[in-house]
Amino acid sequence: MNAIERHMVNLEQSSDRSPVNLSRRGFLGASLGALVLGVALPGRVARAQEAAEIEPGMRVSAFIEIRADGGVRLQSPFIEGGQGIYTALAQIVGEELDVDPASFIVECAPPGPDYQLGGFRFTGGSRSVRSSYETMRRLGAAARQMLLQAAAARLDLPVADLSTEPGRVIHPASGHALSYGELAAEAADLPVPENVALRAETDFRWIGQPAARLDVRDKSMGKAVYTIDVKVDGMLHAAVQHAPRLGGEPGTLANEAEVKAMHGVHSIHRLPGAVAVVADLWWRARQAVEALQVSWTEPAPDTQNAMPADFSTEALRAKLASAPGPGLQAESHGDPAAALEGAARVVEATYDAPLLVHGQLEPPSTIARWNEDGTLDLWLPNQAPDVFQQVAANVAGIEQQNVRIHSPMLGGFFGRHFLYDNANPFPQAILLARAVGRPVKLIWSREEEFLRDAMRPLVVARFRAGLDAEGLPTAIDIEAVGDGPGFEPPDTPRASVVEGLAEKPYAIPNRRAAHVKVPYPVTLGYWRSVGHSMNAFFYEGFLDELADAGGHDPYELRLRLLADQPRHRTLLEAVGELSGGWKRGPFTAEDGSRRARGVAMASPFESEVATIAEVSIEHGEVVVHDVWVAIDPGSIVNPAIVEAQVTSSVAMGLSSALLEEVVYNDGMPQARNFDLYPFLARYQMPRVHVRIVESGAPMGGIGEPGVPGVPPAVVNAVAALTGQRVRSLPLSKVQFEGTL
Amino acid sequence: MVTITINDIDHAVEADEGMPLLWVIRDILGLTGTKYGCGIGMCGACTVLIDGQPTRSCVTPIESVGGLAVTTIEAIEDDPVGRRVVEAWVASQVPQCGYCQSGQVLAATALLKQSPQPSEEDITATMTNLCRCGTYNAIAAAVRQAAQG
Ligand code: FES
Ligand code: FES
Repeated sequence: MNAIERHMVNLEQSSDRSPVNLSRRGFLGASLGALVLGVALPGRVARAQEAAEIEPGMRVSAFIEIRADGGVRLQSPFIEGGQGIYTALAQIVGEELDVDPASFIVECAPPGPDYQLGGFRFTGGSRSVRSSYETMRRLGAAARQMLLQAAAARLDLPVADLSTEPGRVIHPASGHALSYGELAAEAADLPVPENVALRAETDFRWIGQPAARLDVRDKSMGKAVYTIDVKVDGMLHAAVQHAPRLGGEPGTLANEAEVKAMHGVHSIHRLPGAVAVVADLWWRARQAVEALQVSWTEPAPDTQNAMPADFSTEALRAKLASAPGPGLQAESHGDPAAALEGAARVVEATYDAPLLVHGQLEPPSTIARWNEDGTLDLWLPNQAPDVFQQVAANVAGIEQQNVRIHSPMLGGFFGRHFLYDNANPFPQAILLARAVGRPVKLIWSREEEFLRDAMRPLVVARFRAGLDAEGLPTAIDIEAVGDGPGFEPPDTPRASVVEGLAEKPYAIPNRRAAHVKVPYPVTLGYWRSVGHSMNAFFYEGFLDELADAGGHDPYELRLRLLADQPRHRTLLEAVGELSGGWKRGPFTAEDGSRRARGVAMASPFESEVATIAEVSIEHGEVVVHDVWVAIDPGSIVNPAIVEAQVTSSVAMGLSSALLEEVVYNDGMPQARNFDLYPFLARYQMPRVHVRIVESGAPMGGIGEPGVPGVPPAVVNAVAALTGQRVRSLPLSKVQFEGTL
Repeated sequence: MVTITINDIDHAVEADEGMPLLWVIRDILGLTGTKYGCGIGMCGACTVLIDGQPTRSCVTPIESVGGLAVTTIEAIEDDPVGRRVVEAWVASQVPQCGYCQSGQVLAATALLKQSPQPSEEDITATMTNLCRCGTYNAIAAAVRQAAQG
């Protein structure tokens, strides 16, 4: 289980759910005559009954709705933000239901127990498909069976004489056919069948195929609607200016009257840690709020999370590097201390990786509308609607079921839209909408987003390893110093800090991995592939150092250390083959440039990944030409989406390796927009070659696992080419020798 | 009052001097296909065509576009090249989150109208909009396909 799952899982987790016919129970929140299927939650009967009593229209309590016109609407427990989940779910349900995925309309389901597969609900940890695969198949299969039964009753024929083809029930003997739409109302009156046989994998028509994505045409024509695009009747617009340092509160507003008189300004508001202006247009609200001359108070000495005036990332890095171990143990095998003592050679190195912002292209926003009946509607980007609903209810001071959460598609997320302290705009929007008595749309400018995003942590990793006389590693001791997101008790290492450092597959007999916990005053968040995003860089970079110190080729050393790990070995061989056979270099490419290659492996989110990168140096900077990725997620649903997600992950991993770094000086982030925090541009994008290996292992994740292998593969290639071992990212901090 | 021409329709808008075209398009005219990403001309999410030139509307003051023809993504299908670009985008399955794609499609349309057979250098020089989802390779493939179209 990865860090995010650990974070989200609660004790009421239960694995096995059966489909239940919600339309029969009077659960119908959808059109009449629709067959509506949900999933029964063992041990949750009381809550299900409670839910049934909620006034109609408050919630749509179903996954699948087959409308009388034959259209299929699917309520997704997961939010679409580019990862292709809506299409994958349509493929999975459509496969069993016998409906072409292209005819699905998929929406993000509202909060509620019906959608908490496994007892909780969030989009993240690269787990959407794998955690719902069985349930979604069974939903589709049960619905198909009910349609068959309804047709059998209508035609007065045994079910066994009937079959289906996409969208309809057929009677092959007579050629008679009834569309699903015609049968939906009758099917809705039937009990949900139990133990319906699932389609044999060999008969799959859509699962495993590169089905076209459902949202691509709208997104190519500007028609997809994100939260920032939502309009509500009578709404005003709001912009905020946050305390420059967290913990400050607004004191005097020197020019309040002048700003109040600015064109279009409706009102000025003091909020916790921020000031806001509400106006008729967002542009005017923003101009006004930025014109406000605010004197910010210094945080009281014990204010939680306060950002000190002297905080800098450089000082933090030094502090972490020298923080004493041994830390909280995350993994221990053999006797690393003794093995290091007896080693022919000891290699030591310290690595670090910087704070990062998510940089999703859609800035955060929220539309809040208080209704006359005291209920609240919120449109907001979120990866966990139930959690947001609960917190919104607390902020609003109303019952949770009186908050309606609308979850439009996300303009990128990468971990940005979990709930983080002070990092989500919705509490401000709720307060502003109440204060002005009208709906309010609040957008954080990109500059405010840079100030309040929950960052990928800065972590330092200290390595010591022992080599034997043959130059093979016999012991490795790792201390990861710093902090990460998560809620583990103080005496437990954070999963988000040690994942990807502990439990590596390599046959190193003596090993220890520990977390030296040093909290610091930055709001930390989950960033695409979380701890793996930097830990693969640390570990796989250091492993190349061991190979060099021991006189081994890094690819050969990995193969040797994976001798007893057939899955990893196969994957490493696959990426070698994909790249035309392993060659480290340096070598001269066809265009005359000197190049080299680096390799790295990672095991993120129950998938296995092997990555090779080819680099050269141009004008003192690293250029990445090709990246080859072999990924083994066990089994897959849509190879085109897998390839797109791996390519996207390569871009983000490479961006972090080459360019990205949040620098704090004097308690302030130095970059407040993409001018001083560049991310990967088109001209920096390498060719990406993906090979999917389906080993048949339990299904792993897809959205994130492509990230972690890229930074170490690139850094290892740079070391092979230049002899310079980079232990601190990003690479743009280093000026390399070399010409075009 | 400023009169601007968006997608061949004249609009008299009550906008302040210096107000960026982006916010006139989104919040006064209600056309939300044009996106706000950075507001400083770095990302290209706000790209529109002004007299055919791809332009970052977040740094284009409203008073500078009087008398010029502004095209937003909402009118993409009114143009044969635009239609071809959209079809190529669908065929190459370009978008991921999609947030940058209005701007990408308009930038590609402008490129192909100016050079129907663009070289790799042309593509690199003109397709400078950022994509956080890293759809760059699919974008290049789609531009090449639309050029052949
Ligand atoms: S929003 Fe205009 S360039 Fe980014
Ligand atoms: S598709 Fe997400 S930013 Fe380009």
